[in-house]
Amino acid sequence: MDNPEASPHIVIMDSEILIVGGGLNGTALALALAKSGISSVVIDRLSADRRGAGDFDGRSYALALASTRMLAAIGLWPGLEQTAQPIMEIKVSDGRAGEGPSPFFLHFDQAEMEDGPMGYMVEDRFLRPALLDAIETHPLIRQIAPDTIIAQEVTAQAATVTLSQGQKLRGQLIVGADGRQSGTAMRAGISRTGWDYGQTALVCAIEHEKPHHGIAHQFFMPSGPLAILPLAGNRSSIVWTETSAHAAQIQAADDADYLKILQPRFGDFLGDIALAGERFTYPLGLSLAQAFVAGRTALIGDAAHGMHPIAGQGLNAGFRDMAALAEVLIAAKRRGEDIGNPVTLAEYQRWRRFDTTTLAMATDGFNRLFSNDNGSLRLIRDLGMAAVNAVPGLRRGFMREAAGLTGDLPKLMQGRRP
Amino acid sequence: MVTTVDPAEIAKFEAMAAEWWDAEGKFKPLHMLNPCRLDYITRQIAAEYGRDLTTPLPFAGLRLVDIGCGGGLLSEPMARLGAEVVGVDAAAGNIPVAKIHAEQSGLSIDYRHTTAEALAEAGERFDVVLNMEVVEHVADPLAYLTACQRLLKPGGLMICSTLNRNPKSFLVAIVGAEHIMRWLPKGTHDWNKFITPDELFTLLQQAGLDPVDRKGFQFNPISWSWRISERDLSVNYVTSSVKPD
Repeated sequence: MDNPEASPHIVIMDSEILIVGGGLNGTALALALAKSGISSVVIDRLSADRRGAGDFDGRSYALALASTRMLAAIGLWPGLEQTAQPIMEIKVSDGRAGEGPSPFFLHFDQAEMEDGPMGYMVEDRFLRPALLDAIETHPLIRQIAPDTIIAQEVTAQAATVTLSQGQKLRGQLIVGADGRQSGTAMRAGISRTGWDYGQTALVCAIEHEKPHHGIAHQFFMPSGPLAILPLAGNRSSIVWTETSAHAAQIQAADDADYLKILQPRFGDFLGDIALAGERFTYPLGLSLAQAFVAGRTALIGDAAHGMHPIAGQGLNAGFRDMAALAEVLIAAKRRGEDIGNPVTLAEYQRWRRFDTTTLAMATDGFNRLFSNDNGSLRLIRDLGMAAVNAVPGLRRGFMREAAGLTGDLPKLMQGRRP
Repeated sequence: MVTTVDPAEIAKFEAMAAEWWDAEGKFKPLHMLNPCRLDYITRQIAAEYGRDLTTPLPFAGLRLVDIGCGGGLLSEPMARLGAEVVGVDAAAGNIPVAKIHAEQSGLSIDYRHTTAEALAEAGERFDVVLNMEVVEHVADPLAYLTACQRLLKPGGLMICSTLNRNPKSFLVAIVGAEHIMRWLPKGTHDWNKFITPDELFTLLQQAGLDPVDRKGFQFNPISWSWRISERDLSVNYVTSSVKPD
């Protein structure tokens, strides 16, 4: 009999959900499910030690208010809040290198919104270990890392993944939280669509002489947007977009030259600046999965939709996917259903696909409009920003959007347990 | 036992089980309605017996019968929640199909080819009777509901769903579902046998039960899904009744 379960070399271990990718979305999903009694195994190709680093490395996230509410619902926000910098105001303006911001700008002040700050800047060195520590100690979550998946198979009854040494893991559902190169999507036969922007984001953190007062700035430069996001203390995170060729030259420069190129782009309102942490580059591209679900398979985060990071919405959209998926799975479990059933997965896809595709297209269009030095386009966007800025209702609408409070919000994103 | 049946028969039943459980197949309308039906059923049982649906095996210790179990679309979820489930169907062909699927799902369910009347006669008693989309198919609804009442232990709960009888239900359930959408084979339903909620409440009372709740199952063609409605009982609806102590 060719029975794999009888082979002494192959051990089958059962969890309800098989989560491929132990990044921020995958670990948050495992935790949200475990809080409602659903077991999972998280598989990652890097060891957990390598994923949860120690010193500040320059990476940070602009978490929308809704994302921080989700972190509160899974029990992590109280520990993170003290390390986070609230975003009190957002200033958006048009700019050209050496000229500083144009007189037309958008100004969002949290004082206009009753919900509190629009979001928080959270450093990777705090967020990632908080998630990894929490899944490490939860009895319903098992971690397998480092290891890679060499095969996945779904039947009418179960989903199985095979690890590099032939060990098999079986569950009701495979969740691909494995990024825009998602092997889960590929193995499930889900194709992708997308394009390269020919732009690269340069990311670094700086220390500066003067306080930032919790103000986030977004300058629209001809080459692409430049964001200055406040971190705790006199530090800010810089996300700076250039054409890929130019970005490669800038990245190759030494720290002193790098700062000399950066400084004139936003003027001297923060005083002297110095680098704090490493410098990163991310080539920008849109990468959408053609479907977010297949038989006993669901995709979340960048595996479903890698988008332009122009509005910092990538991780927030990933958390929304995670929260929506957790909610439909928890509901299915409470009804006694097979939690990998296609009706439940279709509900998740219906919930998230339109929303994220719209967001990806909007950020794409936004980028095309703003990464441009054409005189008439520049005038249109300046007048547009001035108009939005003049109308408090519109401004509040934008702020609630930025805070992630609009649309059909999953319960977790409202800070509630499903 | 399924294992004593001839292998060709088993293959046939496996194919039929796959068909019953194919959410995009012949029984798609039932699969679409199922989450909504289960939401209602699980909440009513939890409320009646003081169970917490967020805990594991919330229905442990409850004995439940699913009348007209078909492929087991309701029996399996009830077993997964911990209930001791008997699934009965008057169509003999459904029983081995449901058995095979339960085995594949790793669930233990007692499927039988019998009727509510025969079970009641044999003295079987249950905490919960699921009576979903059956009453519109029987020849004598009062006799049938009386048999269902006898199946309940005192204080037991019966959940009964069916189709309303009015011009809209004729358009939706007969013209729409059978003739236009082809969701159901033509002739699945006889509109004249549909029962209004008031008629059903009267029948339930005549059968010796206390009807305690009624809700609609409402289809939303935009989101392509069903939801429980407090007010719209115009086509599909569901009731809960309790057997007096």
